[in-house]
Amino acid sequence: MTRYLLRRLAAVAGVLLVICAVTFAVFYVLPSDPAAHACGKTCTPEQVTLVRAQMGLDRPVYEQFGGYVTGIFTGRVLGDGPTALECSVPCFGYSYQNALPVWDLLTDRLPVSVSLALGAAALWLAGGLAVGLVAALRRGTALDRSLMAATLASASAPVYFTAMMLLLILVQRLEWLPYPDYRPISEGPAAWAGNLLLPWMTLASLYAAMYARLTRASMIETMAEPYIRTARAKGLYERTVVTKHGLRSALTPIVTIFGMDLGGLLAGAVITEHVFGLPGVGQLTYDAIFKADQPVVLGVTLLAAFFITLANLGVDLVYAVIDPRVRYA
Amino acid sequence: MILRVRDLRVAFPAGTAVDGIGFDLDRGRTLGVVGESGSGKSVSSLAIMGLHREAAVSGSIVFDGEELVGAPASRLRELRGRRIAMIFQDPLSSLHPFYTVGEQIAEAYRLHLRVSRRVARERAVEMLAEVGIPEPRRRAGEHPHRFSGGMRQRVMIAMALSCEPDLLIADEPTTALDVTVQAQILELIRRIQRDRGIAVMMITHDLGVVARVADEVLVMYGGRTVEHAPVREIFRAPRHPYTQGLLASAPRLPAGGAGDSPDPAAGSVAAGGSPDPVAGGVAGPVVKGRLRAIPGSPPSLLAPPPGCRFHPRCARYAAAPDDACVTEAPELRELRELCVLGEVGEVHAGRALRLVGAEGPPAGPVHRTACHLAETRGGSR
Repeated sequence: MTRYLLRRLAAVAGVLLVICAVTFAVFYVLPSDPAAHACGKTCTPEQVTLVRAQMGLDRPVYEQFGGYVTGIFTGRVLGDGPTALECSVPCFGYSYQNALPVWDLLTDRLPVSVSLALGAAALWLAGGLAVGLVAALRRGTALDRSLMAATLASASAPVYFTAMMLLLILVQRLEWLPYPDYRPISEGPAAWAGNLLLPWMTLASLYAAMYARLTRASMIETMAEPYIRTARAKGLYERTVVTKHGLRSALTPIVTIFGMDLGGLLAGAVITEHVFGLPGVGQLTYDAIFKADQPVVLGVTLLAAFFITLANLGVDLVYAVIDPRVRYA
Repeated sequence: MILRVRDLRVAFPAGTAVDGIGFDLDRGRTLGVVGESGSGKSVSSLAIMGLHREAAVSGSIVFDGEELVGAPASRLRELRGRRIAMIFQDPLSSLHPFYTVGEQIAEAYRLHLRVSRRVARERAVEMLAEVGIPEPRRRAGEHPHRFSGGMRQRVMIAMALSCEPDLLIADEPTTALDVTVQAQILELIRRIQRDRGIAVMMITHDLGVVARVADEVLVMYGGRTVEHAPVREIFRAPRHPYTQGLLASAPRLPAGGAGDSPDPAAGSVAAGGSPDPVAGGVAGPVVKGRLRAIPGSPPSLLAPPPGCRFHPRCARYAAAPDDACVTEAPELRELRELCVLGEVGEVHAGRALRLVGAEGPPAGPVHRTACHLAETRGGSR
């Protein structure tokens, strides 16, 4: 098991390195001036020259990439003399536009995105599984059809539309919720959750719909398995048949998708954060792309890749717990 | 009498899968239910288990004096696994891949007998030992995919028998297994049946299985019983052209070659490669060493043929068409041989066979068949 884990972690590191190289290549090899972009629109030519030297753009690409990667582990000093910039471990580059190391920007915004992702995930898992389970067990009934129609509508609605509708109904008309204004959890869980409820619902309504459909399909397939017939033939309560024998198997594909979705969202839900003005990684990404702040884009890309590969590893480990056949493979 | 089935019908929205079957089954006895896929044999067994969810079950299933048709679902659940147990065709897909075999055996025992987890686990180990799984204590902690096909079926049997049921329904228990393993599994079922005196309903399409284990045989075709007789009778003197076709299409092994089964019935199937006079009367002389398939395919549930459901494939009907075969469903009648002159095939049509009763209950092992042309057997040659 330890060997397996080490092997998998090494694979994760390899994937991250490749993603890093590709992203690096995209931004630094393209026929544009990374220094001008990194510095921003208001930079004077002298400042651009200084940035270019600090970014090491006068050196070969492989050296630049090597510097970037080693900087992650050792930290680095960008440029020299009085204008040198200290970028401490882990150094993911420096955002000249924000006048902050990328790592500081990321760690600043990460709690917001993590709060958003985890809360929404809890909601959509609960909702999606419940709806999918009921629809599967009442397959073919009016209830099943209306639930599936609702999930189709919910999954088709773009995030910004759902967000606007929720704001309009729950905040403007009914005044049940305040307009979201992010509060860190350190200021009290109630304020934190209360202000995140709308973004959670927005994200969850999209994902829950997909999970409901997935759960329904998976559950219908599982309940047709011969071992379900065996469970019934043993005289088990239908409740036990459905949960212990049916749902446990039906969850397997859902775990896979859940890992991917959660991993992707941890590095920021760009649209949702933007619509609700949440200061998360998604918002940072949005601004960085808009202003072509390449060090930040690179950092965010790596962060997203890190979460997704990590989530995948998590999924595989959970698999081994769920399905004993994986353990021996 | 542990099981008494009368006029059992199972209707799905798409069509009627079982159209009025009936039989009796005593403790310690084995009923073989034979037929092609779609003949309604598995559907009948699931009806006895009360496992049909979207089908209308009518008629009567009396288990140990208790009517099961129309019984509340909760009562059927209590009986399932506890007093009526079932094993299935594919032991791998019939076992849950995520739970150890010990857990799966213990589960029903715990539920029905309300014992502790530890007692149930001990019971699982004990059952695994009884069905001949080596190192049962260690194996109880393993998952089904670690077992071979035959071992899995042993696990299924251990699971089915853990609560000491009175009736075991085995739905093609050996179909998915290697031939050598098949014999072991059948031997195991027979041994346990002898030891415990349980009734077994053996569903199969394999006449060799029937010959090995059954006392009585019910041959089903298109959801109806076409022939019902003691196993010896079925092999010695099959009356229905379908049964005869089944026998003619099954390979006969030379005596002693079908394993060392002491069953005399098995001996009669394996009575050399010589042409069977009875089967020969149906579809022409048997060519030595060649199997003859029944032409055509099983009837559709959606639009079963009128009259006798077998007539479109029936060689006897083709040789001597009779309107009754097309217009009337033949009744299951008792046919009794009054005198037998020499070989069975020499019995003269209509003279030596007499019709005895039409709808009387199947009291004891009598030979009943549902064919308009049963009396003219041998005359159509």
